[in-house]
Amino acid sequence: MNKPLRRIAVFCGILVLALLIRDNYLQYVRADELRTNTNNRRVAIERYAYPRGDIIVDGNPITGSTQSKSGDFKYKRTYKNGPMWAPVTGYSSQAFDGNQLEKIDDGILTGNDDRLFFRNTLDMITGKPKQGGNVVTTLNAAAQKAAYDGLKRQGGKGAVVALEPSTGKILALASYPSYDPSSFAGYSNDDAKAWNKLQKKNNPADPMLNRALRETYPPGSTFKVVTAAAALENGLYTDANQHTKSPLPWIMPGTNVPLKNEGNIPCKNATMRVALQWSCNTVFGKIGADLGNDKMLAEAKKFGFDSEQFTPVRSSASVFSDKMNAANTALSSIGQYNTAATPLQMAMVASAVANDGKLMKPYMVDKLQSSTLDTVAQTEPQEMSQPLSSKNAQILQSMMETVVKDGTGKNAQINGVTVGGKTGTAQHGVANSANPYAWFISYAKLSDGSSPVAVAVVIEDEQANRGDISGGGLAAPIAKSVMEAVINGKK
Amino acid sequence: MSSTTNSPTHHTSTIGAIGAPSRRNTELALLVFAVVIPVFAYANVGLALDGKVPAGLLSYGLGLGLLAGVAHLVVRKFAPYADPLLLPLATLLNGLGLVAIWRLDQSKLLQAINVAGGKATNQLIYTAMGIALFIATLIFLKDHRTLQRYTYISMATALVLLLLPLIPGLGANVLGAKIWIRIGSFTIQPGEFAKIVLAIFFAGYLMVKRDALALASRRFMGLYLPRGRDLGPIVVVWAMSILILVFETDLGTSLLFFGMFVIMLYVATERTSWIVFGLLMSAVGAVGVASFESHIQTRVHAWLDPMREYKLSRMVTHDGIAHSDQLQQALWAFGSGGTLGTGWGQGHSEQIKFAANSDFILATFGEELGLAGIMAILLIYGLIAERGIRTALAARDPFGKLLAVGLSGAFALQVFVVAGGVMGLIPLTGMTMPFLAYGGSSVIANWALIGILIRISDTARRPAPTPASNPDAEMTQVVRPS
Repeated sequence: MNKPLRRIAVFCGILVLALLIRDNYLQYVRADELRTNTNNRRVAIERYAYPRGDIIVDGNPITGSTQSKSGDFKYKRTYKNGPMWAPVTGYSSQAFDGNQLEKIDDGILTGNDDRLFFRNTLDMITGKPKQGGNVVTTLNAAAQKAAYDGLKRQGGKGAVVALEPSTGKILALASYPSYDPSSFAGYSNDDAKAWNKLQKKNNPADPMLNRALRETYPPGSTFKVVTAAAALENGLYTDANQHTKSPLPWIMPGTNVPLKNEGNIPCKNATMRVALQWSCNTVFGKIGADLGNDKMLAEAKKFGFDSEQFTPVRSSASVFSDKMNAANTALSSIGQYNTAATPLQMAMVASAVANDGKLMKPYMVDKLQSSTLDTVAQTEPQEMSQPLSSKNAQILQSMMETVVKDGTGKNAQINGVTVGGKTGTAQHGVANSANPYAWFISYAKLSDGSSPVAVAVVIEDEQANRGDISGGGLAAPIAKSVMEAVINGKK
Repeated sequence: MSSTTNSPTHHTSTIGAIGAPSRRNTELALLVFAVVIPVFAYANVGLALDGKVPAGLLSYGLGLGLLAGVAHLVVRKFAPYADPLLLPLATLLNGLGLVAIWRLDQSKLLQAINVAGGKATNQLIYTAMGIALFIATLIFLKDHRTLQRYTYISMATALVLLLLPLIPGLGANVLGAKIWIRIGSFTIQPGEFAKIVLAIFFAGYLMVKRDALALASRRFMGLYLPRGRDLGPIVVVWAMSILILVFETDLGTSLLFFGMFVIMLYVATERTSWIVFGLLMSAVGAVGVASFESHIQTRVHAWLDPMREYKLSRMVTHDGIAHSDQLQQALWAFGSGGTLGTGWGQGHSEQIKFAANSDFILATFGEELGLAGIMAILLIYGLIAERGIRTALAARDPFGKLLAVGLSGAFALQVFVVAGGVMGLIPLTGMTMPFLAYGGSSVIANWALIGILIRISDTARRPAPTPASNPDAEMTQVVRPS
């Protein structure tokens, strides 16, 4: 019986050997892949095992970390004034991952970024607990508060973007209605409930939509600034006070449909200054048709249309269509038909005009810091394009300043400060049935000639006011308070 | 070719029959390690989880030391020539198992689903009961050959044990497997005990019938097929156990019994054709069962694609089949442990949730002790099995040989099926890791198994063998055509 016994001994040895080989395969060959699998909860446990770094505005953190009360995640994200800052921070949730800055700069905030490797190794040697780095933003707390409070007081949906024209720094980025990322930062049933309540399918107001960056609206008359820039740049008209060859009524080319103005305003052969002051559809529609689709599109592209912006949070691309006939180009040139723009895009238009024609790339992260406040990365202002010459920019500035001084934008006037702006009301929906959008874009100029702020405001108008009164009445006061907040901060 | 003879002295043994040293002091020295290592591990868990040495360290150390000490003294007195490795190896595994169970007891996640919390204390009680049974085996079973007398009683007992869970009111269905019986607050898994009892029956029966099985056969397609009257009873018993287990959806134990049966038959008859036959039958059986048991099909799917099964288990609405993420969670636990492991108490194997401290306890070792720790544990298991087979080689009587190889083979198969299942080498079947896993039946039965092996090894290594008379054995002088 001993021969089969020896064979059984070998067989049992083979069983153990098979297990050993399998274990080596599992714990050595496949170990890294298994350990880092995103579904492996240990990845998340590790991620929330340390307090997260902060997102900083004006030297103060607008985020925080707190110990989780239950579950296996040790720390949970908290937000100060969450709804106001949500379009900037995004969210970081134990259950629902993250987005925007929280996601893009996750490596820095968790401390796992390779650029923090040296610091982490040092901490490991000295026995200090791991800590995330900080994201220092370009935002201006006072401007953000003015923007958010203004939208909230208005009560409808809307968004505000404010830029520093000389650098492209984003100073305010507000969206309303908003949400509190703290409400679903954890992993409990309450967090899941809060999250579900915020989803668009359960909440038609869609509070989690970042309207400042991700929603495109028809820009209405505010787009006439781009059309005016195109006219100047292409030499169609060379002066603000030069009379345009604009008949009234003006029949759109290729059709027998007249383009209408809002009310009885002096548009016949008006100068561009007067046309912008009263927001003449006929004048700017005809400019668009005269220049043609290609030239209009080229100019719009220089302002940033047709491309996504990375601030580093991605914005949707604004739209100015290609291959339109003359009538459609005319409609598009007054911000209707297919034209659609994000609030960021229209703030970029105002900022390029204010910055003497130079468009700076918008950005909201000033620098990334390690937990010991060493700078890991610094964003330098970057020129994106030059949509118009310095001379033409100044012509356009004087036109926009007339709009605020004597035209539809009077509500944005600030004592002792030169303000340039443009109102807009964009009708939309079938047969203009939906509520129109009230727009206002503007910039402020100080006595020394510098321009600290350009701002775009859009409000989905609940009252359905007529014409540009809507933009001037609803949106301009918010733009004014944002500009004031920035200017007061400079003093 | 050896043949059955009346005198066991005709057998050749690898261990010299005369003057073998008793090795009791070796056993004692090894036992010290087997107690000290788990005590350090226990302190390690406490330091990792709470930053301080656990309050129960002294009583835990004393308890484990006392149990091991008493077991050693009993072996010294009643089985002085026993194999010196079996007791220390079993003690080490049991001690490490206790530490791992205590470590999982601290998990709030497992406490919340009532899988952990106070289980280590229970396990210590079960261990004490197991060692008590071990001691009783050594004291009352003076010679393993007396077990031969109980061949047919064993058969009846095994069938009763296996049938118990099917009795309404007594059996408890725990997540699809009906292999427990519940008496008051106790649950017992009779299958663990049936393993030993069935080995006794097989050994007793095969010892008597092995020549008939090996020789009086018809040749059919190159295979030697035995006569029905010889093989009949054993096939009936085996088939009944398998059938019962299939009804209880306990595939692991079926596989174990089948494997044990084939091994013992092969050793008894020395005919390789039995292996071929066994493999064919197990293939037919496995395919047959898998084709109608959805429970088994799910396990096979989970084995082939654990990630898909994980995702299905996460979905709120699915096909009505209970999907389990356990295997994928176990794989992640192993992977996260890597080569050296996270260290005691610093892993997250509680993600496995249900059965984390029983069927899946190896994953906790994998995560916290790493590849190095698992390899050590697998080698300890291998060593126990090989020492058991060595005992079979040394045994002078065919009954002892068959019983020892049956028990060791079953032990090795159980380790392979459980560890292979948890590591995704073969489909998961749901059995416990001997000594490591939480569960009274398993610990008690395996201590009894070690007790019997120690008894056989003592008889085998005893210097002046007394020829034992086998009153129950049917001794037939056979001339074999070799």
